[in-house]
Order: sequence, then C-alpha cells, then structure tokens
Amino acid sequence: MNRMPRTVPGREEIARDGPWLSEAETHRRLERTWETPPGLWGWLSTVDHKMVGRRYIATAFVFFVLAGILALVMRLQLASPENGLVSADRYNQLFTMHGTTMMFLFAVPVMEAFAIYLVPLMVGTRSIAFPRLNAFSYWVYLFGGIMLWVAFALNIGPDVGWFAYVPLAGPQYAPGKRADFWAQLVTFTEIAALAVSVEIIVTVLKQRAPGMSLNRIPIFVWGQLVTSFMVLFAMPSVMLSSSMLIMDRLVGTHFFNKAEGGDALLWQHMFWFFGHPEVYIIFLPATGFVSSIIPVFARRPIFGYTALVLALFATAILGFGLWVHHMFATNLPHLGNSFYTAASMTIAIPSGIQIFCWIATLWGGSPRFATPLLFTIGFIVVFVLGGLSGIMLASVPLDLQVHDTYFVVAHFHYVLIGGAVFPLLGAVYYWFPKLTGRMLNELAGKVHFWLFFIGFNLTFFPMHLLGLEGMPRRVYTYPPGLGWDTMNLTATVGAVTLFVSLSIFAANVGVSLFRGQRAGSNPWDASTLEWATPSPPASYNFAHIPVVSGHDPLWEEPDGLPVVSGLRVNQREVLLTTAVDAEPDVREPVPQPSIWPLISALTLTGMLIGSIFTPWAVLWGSIPVAVAVTAWFWPKSPPETPEPVID
Amino acid sequence: MRRLSGSGVVVALVLLGGCQGVQSALDPAGDQAGGIAGLFWLFLGVLGAIYLLVLVLLVGALLGLRQRAATERRLTGLLTAWAGGTTIIILGLTAFSYGTDARITRLGDDAELTIEVTAKQFWWQVKYVEPQPSRSFETANEVYLPVGVPVRFILKSQDVIHSFWIPNLHGKTDLIPGRVNETSITARRAGVYRGQCAEFCGFQHAHMALDAVAVPAPEFEAWRESRLKPAPTPTPEDQLRSEGLQVFLTSPCVMCHTIRGTSASSRVGPDLTHVAGRRTIAAGALPYSRGNLGGWIVNPQSIKPGSQMPDIQLEPDQLQALLAYLDSLT
Amino acid sequence: MSSRCHDCVGVALALGLAVAMAALTASCEREERDTKAPPESQISVSSVALSPLQPGEASAPPGGSHRSIEENAFNLAQGKQLYTWFNCSGCHAHGGGDIGPALMDDQWLYGSEIENVYATIVQGRPNGMPSFRNRIPDQQVWQIAAYVRSMSGLTPATASPSRSDEMQNKPAEQSMPRQEPKDTHP
Repeated sequence: MNRMPRTVPGREEIARDGPWLSEAETHRRLERTWETPPGLWGWLSTVDHKMVGRRYIATAFVFFVLAGILALVMRLQLASPENGLVSADRYNQLFTMHGTTMMFLFAVPVMEAFAIYLVPLMVGTRSIAFPRLNAFSYWVYLFGGIMLWVAFALNIGPDVGWFAYVPLAGPQYAPGKRADFWAQLVTFTEIAALAVSVEIIVTVLKQRAPGMSLNRIPIFVWGQLVTSFMVLFAMPSVMLSSSMLIMDRLVGTHFFNKAEGGDALLWQHMFWFFGHPEVYIIFLPATGFVSSIIPVFARRPIFGYTALVLALFATAILGFGLWVHHMFATNLPHLGNSFYTAASMTIAIPSGIQIFCWIATLWGGSPRFATPLLFTIGFIVVFVLGGLSGIMLASVPLDLQVHDTYFVVAHFHYVLIGGAVFPLLGAVYYWFPKLTGRMLNELAGKVHFWLFFIGFNLTFFPMHLLGLEGMPRRVYTYPPGLGWDTMNLTATVGAVTLFVSLSIFAANVGVSLFRGQRAGSNPWDASTLEWATPSPPASYNFAHIPVVSGHDPLWEEPDGLPVVSGLRVNQREVLLTTAVDAEPDVREPVPQPSIWPLISALTLTGMLIGSIFTPWAVLWGSIPVAVAVTAWFWPKSPPETPEPVID
Repeated sequence: MRRLSGSGVVVALVLLGGCQGVQSALDPAGDQAGGIAGLFWLFLGVLGAIYLLVLVLLVGALLGLRQRAATERRLTGLLTAWAGGTTIIILGLTAFSYGTDARITRLGDDAELTIEVTAKQFWWQVKYVEPQPSRSFETANEVYLPVGVPVRFILKSQDVIHSFWIPNLHGKTDLIPGRVNETSITARRAGVYRGQCAEFCGFQHAHMALDAVAVPAPEFEAWRESRLKPAPTPTPEDQLRSEGLQVFLTSPCVMCHTIRGTSASSRVGPDLTHVAGRRTIAAGALPYSRGNLGGWIVNPQSIKPGSQMPDIQLEPDQLQALLAYLDSLT
Repeated sequence: MSSRCHDCVGVALALGLAVAMAALTASCEREERDTKAPPESQISVSSVALSPLQPGEASAPPGGSHRSIEENAFNLAQGKQLYTWFNCSGCHAHGGGDIGPALMDDQWLYGSEIENVYATIVQGRPNGMPSFRNRIPDQQVWQIAAYVRSMSGLTPATASPSRSDEMQNKPAEQSMPRQEPKDTHP
C-alpha cells in the first residue's frame, strides 16, 4: 500500500494523502479543502452530506411532532361520542394533514435522511454522490412541507384524505384549491425522494471503500440501496397521478371522469401502485436500523447475512405486486383479487425470515439492554403483531369486513410505528453520539421507551376490536350506545401517554445536545465504518480511505484498519471503485459548496405553487428555474488529474 | 416483557367480551358474515399461536437460554425449517381464504329479491326492484330483508365513492360512480342491525348510516305491501293534517322530496312516503320521533352540518301542522 | 453556536415563522365551508334596486355587499349542484339557454349584479321565469345566484367551479372568459 509519489520530484507540491504527509498536515489540509464556509452563506450553500443529513433529520422530526399533535387533537375529539371539540370540516382536514405529513413529510424523508448521513460513512467515502443534488433535495422537501402547512394555517389545507380518492378530490366535489395543495405537495416530496434515491444508488455502487465487495456491505446499506430502487419505480406513479389530478381540476382534462372515458378506479390503481411500495420504502430502512443495532448489542455478528439480503430483495420485488389489496372492496373480478391475496400472504415469508435471523442473532449473543436494543425488541413485539393482522387483511373475505375500519388503522400503526418508528427511535439513541458527539441520557431513554410502548399499545390495540365492532375510519364522531365508547376513551388515554413519552424524548435530546456525556468515536463498540471516525466526524469523514475485508471491519481489525492513500488533499475528490468487487477504479472530483441548489429549489417552488392557480405558471415559472439550473451546471474548469490512480 | 404480554392477553379477553352488537362483524346474523367470522376465528387462532411462539423465542433469546446450542449450523437448519413452516402455513391460510371467498360468492347465485341502492352524499336511496314496475317502490336509509332469502344488491353512486356495509350481515362493497357493483346478503337471524358508509365521502361520512331489519318472510311481505301504498290523503275533517300537507306542498319541501299520492315528486332528497315508519331519520343520525323530525326540519345544519338539507324557515304553527301530517305517513 | 444547533433551530424557526405568519394573517375566506344559513337580517331583497336610475342625488347602495358570497368556492360549487337539482337547466340548459334566456353570455335582461339575480329567482319574471320565493331557502338562492354569475366568468377564477364529472357540455366556469355585462332592455 505504501509507494513513492508518482509526480516528477520537484515539479509540484505534494498534495495527496499518504505516508509522505504527516497526520497533522493531512488533517489540516483536508479540513481546509472540505469544510463548509462559516456563517449563514455557508449554511445555505453547504454540500456536506452530514450537514444536509442532520437538517433533514431535524426537519422530519419537526413534521413528526406537528402531525402527532394533530393526531392528539383527533383522539381528543373521538374520546367521547358526539363530541364537539372540532367540526366535521376541521376533522377532515386534521386526518388528511396527519396522514399526508406522516407519510410524505416524515416517514420517507427521515429514512432518506439517515441514509444521506450514514451511507457515505458506512461505505467509507468522503462524500455522497451528487452532493449539490442532495442539498437541492432538502430545500425542495422543506419548501414543500412549508407550503402545505402554511396552506393548512390559511384554511386551504387539504381535506380529502391522504389518499385523495376521486371523485371526492376531483373538480366537482372538492371545490377551491385545497386538494391542489395536496397534489402539489406530492410533487415536491417525490422530486426530493427521487433525487436522494439516485444519490444513494450511485454512492453505494460506485463509492465503496476498496475491498467492500457486495457481500461485505452492511445490511443497513443494502436496505437503503434496495429502498432507493423501490423509490425509483414507485414514486413516478404517484407523481403522475397527482399531476393528472391537478390537470383535471385546473384545465379540465378527463382522466378520472367516467362520463368522458376516464375512470375513478384509475386513481386508485395509480395511487396504490405507489402506496403499497411506499410502506416498504418506509419499512426496509428500518430493518436496516435493526440489523445494525442488534449485532452490536448482542455482541456477535449478525446471523443470516445472505438470508437477510435476499429477504430485502424479495420484499422489494413482491411489494410491487400487492397494491390491489387496498381495492378488494371495489368489486374487481375474483380471480384477480386472488392473485393479490396470494402475493400479500407471500410477503410474510421474507419478513418472517428477517425476524428469525434477528432473534437468532440475539440467541447466540449476550444481550446488553441499552435503549437502542430496547427499541429493537419493542419493534419485534409490535411489528410482528402488525404483520399478522396484515395477513388477515390479505384474505379477501376478511378484508371486506375490516377494510376502511379501525382494524386497518390498528394494523398500519402497528406495522408503521412498530416497524419504522420503534427502530427509528432506537437509531436515534444509537447514532446520536456519532452525529453530535454526545450521548443521550440512558435513564430518560428507558423511561421514554416504556411509556412509548405502553402508550402505543393502549392507543392502538383497542382499535382492532373497534374495527371488528363496526367503527369505520375517517369519522369525526360516532353515536353512543354501539359499544365503542370505552375503547375510544382508552385509545385517547394511550395517545396522551404517547405525547408524554415523546415530550421526555424531546427533553432528552434538547438537554443532551448541550450537557450530554461526551462520546468517543465508538461508544457502543460497534463494527461498521462510521464508528472509525471521530464523533461527530470531520467534514472530510476519513483522513485515509480504509480497506475492508469482511462485514464487520472494526471487529475484524481491532488494531486499526489498513488504508489506501493517494487522494488529493488540496482538492475535493473521492475514490470510485468497481460495482461488484470494489476494486479501486478512478478518482472523481466533488463539487464545492454552491448556492445554486437553494436558488433552483426556490424557483421550482415558485413554479409549482403558481401552477396550482394557473397553467401559465408552468411556462413562465420554468424560466427562472432554467436560469438557476444553468448556473448550477455551468461548467467549471476541471481540476487537473494527470496521474492515474492509486495503489 | 412477559408480564406485559400476559396482561395484554387479559385485556384482549375482557374487550372481546363485548362481541355482541348491532354493527359488529363478530356477531354474524347472516350467512356471508357467518362464513367470514368463521374464517376470522381460524386466522386468529393460527396467527395468535405464531405470535406467541415468536414472543417465546424472543424472550428466550433475551434471557440467554441455551446459548451453546445456538451453533451456526443449527440455526441455519432452524431457519430453513422456519421458512418452510411459514410457507406451509401461508399456503394453508390462503387456501382457506379462497375456499371461503368462493363459498360466500356462490351464496348469492339464487337471489330471489333485488334491491337497488344508490348512495348519495349523505344518504341511501333504496329501491326494491320487481319485474312488474307497479310492484317496485322506493324508500330511503332502510332495508328490510326476509330471513333465509338470498337478496341481491345492485350498488350505484350518484356522486362520490361510498361503501355499503352492514357488518352483521356481510362485508362491504364500494359504490363507485360510473360502475355498477353487486353483492348479496342472506339474513339468517331476525333482528335490527345498523349499516354505515365505509368509504370517506365528505363532510358527513360519519353520519351516513342505514337501518337493516331482518324479519321472517310473512312479516316482510306485510312490510312490502304497506310500503307499496301511497300516502293517504288527509280527510277534510282532519284539519291539522290537511294544513300540514299544504305546508309541505308550498314550502321548500316539495323541491326535493317525493310523497307518493301527492304532487310532490322530486328525486333530489329521500322519498318521504313512509317516513314515520322508519326507525331513524337523517340516515341514522336521529331516532325517529316527532320532536326529532321537527328539529331536523328547521335546523339540520346543527345536527348534520354539511348535509344537503338546508335550514328551513317555518312559522311555528306551520311546523306543527307539517309534523302532524308527516307523522301520519307510516 | 455550533452548526448542529443551527440545523435544529434554523429549521424550527423557519417552519414556525411561516405557519405563525399564515395563521395571523386572515384565513382564506375563499375556502371557508360555511354550511349554516346566515341570519335573516343580513339578507333583504326589498333593498335591491333593479334600475341604476334614481331621482335627485344617488344614495349609497343599502347594506353590505354580497360579493363575499360569490368569492367563496364552496358557495359556487353548491350553487352549481342546486342548478341541476332544481332543474334550472330545464329552461336555461347548461347556460346556453333554451326556452329561457342564455345565462353564460353578456346579455342581462334584469340586471347582472348578484342582488338582481337573487331578485329574479325569488320574484319570478314575466314570460316564464317562475317565482321561487318560499320554495328555495334564501341561502340556497344566493348560492344559485352566485353560480349564475360564474357562468359568464364574472366570479374569480380561483373560486369558480371546475369541470363537472359528467359529459362535457361547456367550458368549466373557471375557464370562461369574462363576459362584461351589457345593459339591455326587456
């Protein structure tokens, strides 16, 4: 690995990392090259994936809290029959905003956010692929979310459900602009998601550390890679259908108008073709969290690496063949429905394999019951119950009884909160030291966990029974005397408990940011590459790109990882390796901080919001966008890289 | 963790005790619902057992039991067995699901009665369809079903997507504008059940219910005969009711409602020919009584804000006369 | 402050400010769904004049303007629905007119202001327009009157109804170019 420099001696100053530069000098030069300029301008123009990732996580949690408060208001309204806390119109807006915010503004973005932060670190590179696109994706997401919530505050918030079925969301039955804001929000978040998924795929396939062949990638990274492919195939469907909806409403097209050749069911097919993979887009990264946390706290390598990876593929592929199970009540032909029953049941098999592998990992190890592990255990307990109620929903006759009732609400909260939020909270406790350099308080973490677990079950378990007892979804109130009163009240008490537990969490985060115990680079004694950097990592991630020879590099080489050398320290560049075996290939320059992603996002926002009101905005609004994007891509003189790459 | 699972089971049992209900899928009163409930208990049993197994394994792992037995090879063997077992169980459940689905669908093959339901925001237009047009009639927000007789429902919608659901009798079927859907129900146990719209349809989705009454066949025939009759014209001696009919025909009522036997024949709102014979009004929002009807007529927007019935201005004595007339429409 | 604090604080501030600003400014009246009938005192048809001519000095028009009715999307959508339900199309078709005059053009026989249209519907007119007094509640008459004005593009495009879910028989009201009313004599 150590060779003499290839430049002609005396011809240029040594500017690449390696044994010819001292450690201190390497760090100093790398810091100068990679740091984001200080101050507001630097903050707005950064392309550092860690900064973008952190703000993505923070923003997603803000939306989580906002949507959670809406849910609390909904539960307070439903605590007693014929309650008058909120009107019917307001309640319809509440559940629409709750679902839309949770699904589009929290669940998918937070998983992407963790990917943006962690994937480059875990694969051993200095930057995410396409860092300016990364910054652009954050701004587009933020502006879309702000647009939606400002609309909600102005009484133009959507009130047609997060799924916006036509004809209710169509031009005749949803007067005004409310549904258009919903549809345009979808455009914003899908642009952001598509951008991030492209970056992740390229980072994972081309920027891995040498030696990290495909069978040595951490399962978390596999999960994000598979999810990114799912995003690429699923998101365009909803972008297209929401654009068709805006066109129907704004310019009078007839996509969903049966009388002129369209079909109301077309909406459902297109939406659920996205909507079902969407939940796996949320779930698979969470399985990545679990696969990262369990081995560390069981103190042994994960069992069943190959099975887990194959399970990810199987889930992703099968996930695209299930969508009609959301439409069993629409009286589609029985033969077709049967196919979707079979597919929906089959997807339990890879999930079951994953659960077995995780439990088997725990079985073979000696568990350390820290908060991240508690949340992972909570995940298993809650998610499996949700998955099993999902098997019930896969059966057409059973679904015909419980579809669109609180049984489904219970099911999807069990799989989404159990399957995504529990691992996410565990991931926050686990990676907080890496992101901030401080530990979260363990005692507060345990209190948070138990209150959250109890509150969650109190809120959502009774809903299984409520659905079976006849309570439909999306109702702003219900009559007394049907036996629903006690269960609803219990659910509300649970919701308040959840609120308390999340307040404790917020307090823990807030205080620990300033007063938490300082963390070293590897406080949990974990095995993946991100723990080889200081906490928080320097702007350049790794002073030297490591070489990897197994899935648990830090456990396999406890005395220090071998590294490659030869990347420039006076210019930003990353090492690209081959897709399958990760042999070093070429060096790729990385962009400097740039304000153009922000400006492009602002101009795009203007165009998209304008097009809610007039189709001319698409034409006139595209001009500023074109200007901004041209400035962004304006070619800069490439740094000279005469030498071939390294050793 | 074990304590919590145990208490969870206890809580579940306590809550399950409330299985009876007029809108409960767990209290089947019809053949289709019965088949589905049976399937549900089977699924619950099998899946519940699997869940308990997973919990036991998890707890075992956490307690660090039998660590030495957990060799890589053994675990791989167990994984294969687990995957195989899961597949077999899934196949079995799928087969039972298909079987029940096929059986339930075939139940509707020999329907002897046809009811056409058209859903509107936010009420149900119900038409009993007979081959002889003079034997067909319309009503609203109620279905009467003869026990033991397969009934075919033809489901349409006039505006947005709704869903027709009477949990005690069958699963739900959506009513989609531009499509004609069908379902069938065979009531098995006489009783009064409640159905409710189960697809979000706007402001008052929460208050779009209907009464489903299953009665023995002779009673059903009697009901049908009574519903076929037009509204009786009040006799001249019955001054209050005559005045009420006049109020009906000279105020906004006549713009939206039909009363067969009078000149009111608008189809915008529910047919009121036998309104006093219904158990509820306003699509299940209020039990029928003269007082409730009066409150509904003058101020529906406080009871069901967003429904299509406007607030009606009437003088008090006009209202009393109108109520007297409507109350006679049994 | 370190950059991590910048992230959390910056994000929270941006969102909070945006939402607070929006909430403090007037909430959007166009989107209000007000299903209750306004109190009677606000609506009085006797104060509506059919002719702009007045002897002596012109006095200010009475009462409040009813413009807010026709700038509300919900009212216009309800008006459109009622237009079909109460069979206005029986004489006026979908605005093109049949045995009744066209409603989507610039010819207004009895005045084009919303108060005039209200009066026409409530009082009836010679040559066949029925009087709907006591047959259609006031609130609904205002909604229908507002819809009639939208048929010739006189209401704001953001509030006017879009295409209906039926066979297309005319451009959507929001796409109608504004037909500036011309004075005509009956």
